[in-house]
Amino acid sequence: MSCLKALNKFNVYIMTQTEALYHYTLRLGDNSLISGHRLSEWCSRGPILEEDLALTNMALDHIGRAQAFLKYAGELSEKKQTEDDLAYKRGERQFLNNLITELPNQDFAFTIARQLIISCFEFYLYTELCNSNDPIVAGISEKAVKEVKYHLAHATDWTCRLGDGTELSHQKMQKALNDIWMFTGELFEMDETDQVLLKAGIAADMTLIKPLWYNHLKQVTTEAGLKLPEDAYMQSGSRKGIHTEYLGHILSEMQYLQRAYPTAQW
Amino acid sequence: MSTEHIQNAFQQRLDKGDFIEPKDDMPDGYRTHLIRQISQHAHSEVIGMQPEGNWITRAPSLRAKQILLAKIQDEGGHGLYLYSAAETLGITRSEMIQQLHSGKAKYSNIFNYPALTWADIGAIGWLVDGAAIVNQVSLQRTSFGPYSRAMVRICKEESFHQRQGYEIMAHMMNGTADQKEMAQDAMNRWWWPALMMFGPHDSDSPHSGDAFKWKIKRESNDELRQRFIDKTVQQAEVIGLTIPDPKLKWNEAKNHYDHGEINWNEFHEVIRGNGPCNKQRMEHHIKVHEAGAWVREAAEAYKKKRLNKESLVTI
Amino acid sequence: MSKDTQLDLWEVFIQGKSGNPYVHAGSVHASDKKMAIQNARDIYTRRGEGTSIWVVPSNNITASNPHDADMLFEPSNDKIYRHPTFYVMPEGAKQI
Repeated sequence: MSCLKALNKFNVYIMTQTEALYHYTLRLGDNSLISGHRLSEWCSRGPILEEDLALTNMALDHIGRAQAFLKYAGELSEKKQTEDDLAYKRGERQFLNNLITELPNQDFAFTIARQLIISCFEFYLYTELCNSNDPIVAGISEKAVKEVKYHLAHATDWTCRLGDGTELSHQKMQKALNDIWMFTGELFEMDETDQVLLKAGIAADMTLIKPLWYNHLKQVTTEAGLKLPEDAYMQSGSRKGIHTEYLGHILSEMQYLQRAYPTAQW
Repeated sequence: MSTEHIQNAFQQRLDKGDFIEPKDDMPDGYRTHLIRQISQHAHSEVIGMQPEGNWITRAPSLRAKQILLAKIQDEGGHGLYLYSAAETLGITRSEMIQQLHSGKAKYSNIFNYPALTWADIGAIGWLVDGAAIVNQVSLQRTSFGPYSRAMVRICKEESFHQRQGYEIMAHMMNGTADQKEMAQDAMNRWWWPALMMFGPHDSDSPHSGDAFKWKIKRESNDELRQRFIDKTVQQAEVIGLTIPDPKLKWNEAKNHYDHGEINWNEFHEVIRGNGPCNKQRMEHHIKVHEAGAWVREAAEAYKKKRLNKESLVTI
Repeated sequence: MSKDTQLDLWEVFIQGKSGNPYVHAGSVHASDKKMAIQNARDIYTRRGEGTSIWVVPSNNITASNPHDADMLFEPSNDKIYRHPTFYVMPEGAKQI
């Protein structure tokens, strides 16, 4: 509950740097965890066996990164929690992942569109975070950049294949981009957490990342013969722990054993 | 050369200990046997991803989730190595998949059993992979080069699979009463199907004659099964699990364990399609295959467009 | 439904570490070069087996015919003077 209490303090107290860093690493960890969860659902469902392995490889990168960030968040938390405590024992309202990460896989086009947008975002985010004044954030980011660069190359190539493949694949890819677009605004939202950490040179400035991200996506989609949707109304909420209905189902699955046998060690 | 000539020369090479490579002369029977065996082996790896995949999203720790994902990914990779080995014999992966869907090609019976609890993930790793490894170690010396090479690679990668399963079982047997019960229950349900993985008794094994002559198979079903039982009993004892076979007993004279009779009726019924998950596994595979068709077609279409683009540039 | 495609077959060669030769690792299916490299990476270097990859469309590989093996390879068997152990060195000579 420490997360919600702290969030409620926003208007009253000034957040400490440790609190801010706790939220920030939780956000990064949750994004990786939920993305990894969705990618792992592709296991035994890939369009060709090779792609099955590629998608699960990426799932592993995400879960590994989630483990690193949540471990750090746990050390920063008041209650000194483990990464598993944070992944398995928090409720829906305490998760800080962006809504886009929890969107169901649907078909391969939707997954590729989602991964393109996320990996492009993460590429610039982690490149920036390599320069973070916090050595642990910088360390995890250095490893992440290499992984994400590959994720981005993979998603870029598939975006081109689907965008410029058959009429059907083109339609599916365009529809996926259109459907996902309203979840992209949230990626760049900054709150008190970001402000506190920006001052300390720990967090990334999202206003700098957004144009890089947008231009990169513009290039890829143009190459693929796809249209980047116009900015319209954007969904929001994850910074306050307000999610889509999908997250509850992810958690009820993910946390089932830990919740059903609270005294057991796994 | 006459067929008889080819057969004799072929047998001489095998008896000398030569490996056979894809372009070498080989009797049709050898080729057919290998295609059947290797594709069945490949399908088993791929279908085997399903029961374990059933638990990825529910794995109880981040460590367990990563291990399980990596393990299932290995199974997919092994399926892929084996499909490739079979492809060198002149069958395409598409054809093999078609044979799987039509029921012409089989996969291991074991994957028609459900993975019900987390302990099943332990039991599958420890018992099912354990049984598979005994078989696969033996197949490293199989006479067909590409199959043998795939097996060497697979055995190297699989060495962690059995350990991770055993670790789960050991951990649960050290845990709460619920966990112990879960572990023993998984043991009870997986022990007999694991023994069936080695196939019928030698006296009832329809393909073994040729397989031995051609050195595709080096050890018999019963020999391999016995080896598995002998090494697994001790492992069960160490962590306090009971093997669900009242007739299991050490036989000093034979230096092996005696065991109760396997339920061969169940074995044959599951082969006939009457296992608890046969339909589910096949429907899943067909659904995924069909759902991916448009993606594969898009990739092909893109390739052709790009080829045309490149050729325009060079002109 | 149209005929199934499982994409093209490629052969994969992996260099274990820099300076080492490229060794045949196996095959992958892929529709283009980039996909072939990525698939080879995801399948054959999961345990740090490689630092560099070659992929070649399988149908671009020409193999020797097993029936020519005697003609191609046996004539070199008796050319033992190509091996250093063939030569008798005077006793006491060093570093040769």
